[in-house]
Amino acid sequence: MPVSRPGPSGSGTRATDADGYGAPRRFWRGLAQHAPPGVDAVERSWRSPLRGPWLTAVYGSVLLVALPLVIITGLLDYAAYGPQFDQAFPTNVGWLRLPAFDWPTRPSWLFRVTQGLHVTLGIVLVPVVLGKLWSVLPKLFDWPPARSLAQVLERLTLLLLVGGILFQIATGLLNIQYSYVFGFDFYTAHYFGAWIFTGAFVAHVIIKFPRLVTALRSRPLGTELRTPRAATRPEPPDPDGLVAAEPGPATVSRRGAVGLVGGGALLLAVVTIGQSLDGPLRRTALLLPRGRQPGTGPNGFPVNRTVAAAGVRPEQTDASWRLTLRGGGRTVTLDRPGLLAMAQHTADLPISCVEGWSTRQTWTGVRLRDLAALAGVADPASARVSSLEKAGLFRTAVLAPNQILDPDSLLALRVNGVDLAPDHGYPARVIVPALPGVHCTKWVAEIDFRGQADG
Amino acid sequence: MAERAGPTAGRDRPTAGRAGRLRAAYGAAPWHLVLVTAVIVLAGWVALRLAQEATFGRMLLWFVGAVIAHDLVLFPVYASADRVLRAVVRDRVTLLNHLRVPALGTALLFVVYSPGILRWGETTHEAATGQTQRPYLVRWLVLSAALFLLSGATYGLRAALGRRGSASRARR
Repeated sequence: MPVSRPGPSGSGTRATDADGYGAPRRFWRGLAQHAPPGVDAVERSWRSPLRGPWLTAVYGSVLLVALPLVIITGLLDYAAYGPQFDQAFPTNVGWLRLPAFDWPTRPSWLFRVTQGLHVTLGIVLVPVVLGKLWSVLPKLFDWPPARSLAQVLERLTLLLLVGGILFQIATGLLNIQYSYVFGFDFYTAHYFGAWIFTGAFVAHVIIKFPRLVTALRSRPLGTELRTPRAATRPEPPDPDGLVAAEPGPATVSRRGAVGLVGGGALLLAVVTIGQSLDGPLRRTALLLPRGRQPGTGPNGFPVNRTVAAAGVRPEQTDASWRLTLRGGGRTVTLDRPGLLAMAQHTADLPISCVEGWSTRQTWTGVRLRDLAALAGVADPASARVSSLEKAGLFRTAVLAPNQILDPDSLLALRVNGVDLAPDHGYPARVIVPALPGVHCTKWVAEIDFRGQADG
Repeated sequence: MAERAGPTAGRDRPTAGRAGRLRAAYGAAPWHLVLVTAVIVLAGWVALRLAQEATFGRMLLWFVGAVIAHDLVLFPVYASADRVLRAVVRDRVTLLNHLRVPALGTALLFVVYSPGILRWGETTHEAATGQTQRPYLVRWLVLSAALFLLSGATYGLRAALGRRGSASRARR
């Protein structure tokens, strides 16, 4: 399609759109004619012959497939925290509440996969997002900035789209590295930021999808991936003005540009995936907190909170420690030998954290359903587990019926054949299949079982 | 997208006329208006909700700041760095790319893992993991050096093979 190149004012009046101006025409036309100084120079300074609809569409289609996965796994992580017990943060989300359901305990690796995918994909997509933004950056400096109300509104949604993805990436990356320099609540910001981004993302996909299809069809992928640098030519001028007006010679082929972004993604994947793996490969997460084991031996696996940080003192966990079980007006007190004298069950279960790391260990202890029966609540509706910790967002956690009754749900006393280390929750901790790590309460002091009849 | 009024559009002129007028005045099809309005309303509703938070100003600053930091700081910085590099190596494109690739890898690792590399959050990191953030800087430097070394070695190999190739061609 013939497209007239920018006129003297640097404004790209596209011949295809009649004149493309909405009402009031005089205003938009006037705006186009009053370009600030420098617009021409900026327009001519875009040199890369690679920018164009095809390359943008390639990066865009990767994001189109992968970002929904990040969004869905993120929402599932929220659901895993148990919003029905007001323990998913932020708690008060109004219309943006998710449908209530009991988070399943099977498969036991469910949460390991959802949070692992969310964090790992989120990191791996960073170069794709940067590549996509690079490919459309000239649009930011277009003059006129809009030719109609439609373009003004769409540009506003693009601000939400770009701000949204960058905000989510920045807060997510800082959170998994325990850096809270932003000074606001991570959960609140990341949850609401996700909704702003998702809305803008859906609209962008709907508006641009036909463009994406046309662009991908314009140059067969196979041919493009066989074209060397020497044969790389700019795309023909496009209605969106992505193709440079005065492109320079190619220093990289399109294949190279795709490979560069793919290589960046691969590099990040290689130094990130280790935090979700056990064994020697864990060490490959070179730049992340959970690439390092905190020690050797049966208790040498990562923690999310040290005993020192939790403020649990040794005299609280010595022989004087007692576990209190409450249920239906009854109170039962048990010491550690008493718990060890009960039927012991061993289960291989992963412990996974929303910050993207997980590890599978062998836990031994008393089944939670046996403790519920001991407390006189054979048919529990919920159980509130409290820790010896005095403060902290996760000093108590509520478990749903399926999480109490699963045969592998334990009050663990031992791990990998030895007593739990203080950092892993000695004298006793909860471990439930597919439950977020922060709800697997450590240094347990009390479990309050509620029966179905208690409401 | 709304169809253009063709010769056959005459029969239902009133509808086409109204839709056409709306399209011309607004600048896109009506569904476009519905869609972008929905997105803006959603974002506005979230903003109003968050406005009650004491830290709302900071959130807004980070949201808008992220766009400015990328579009008006990060992009100009890497684009200028690339121009400088191109001016230095002139028309040796292979050398240029053998410098670009490890430089981009180094920068990417820094952007993603800077909180650990710069030790932002020593206390929270230690409370969570029981470990310090000290090793990350050295590891990033070693990884970066490895990327440059690998790229340099491949460049050397390519150059050597290229020379041998042209020498054998010359002999023939």
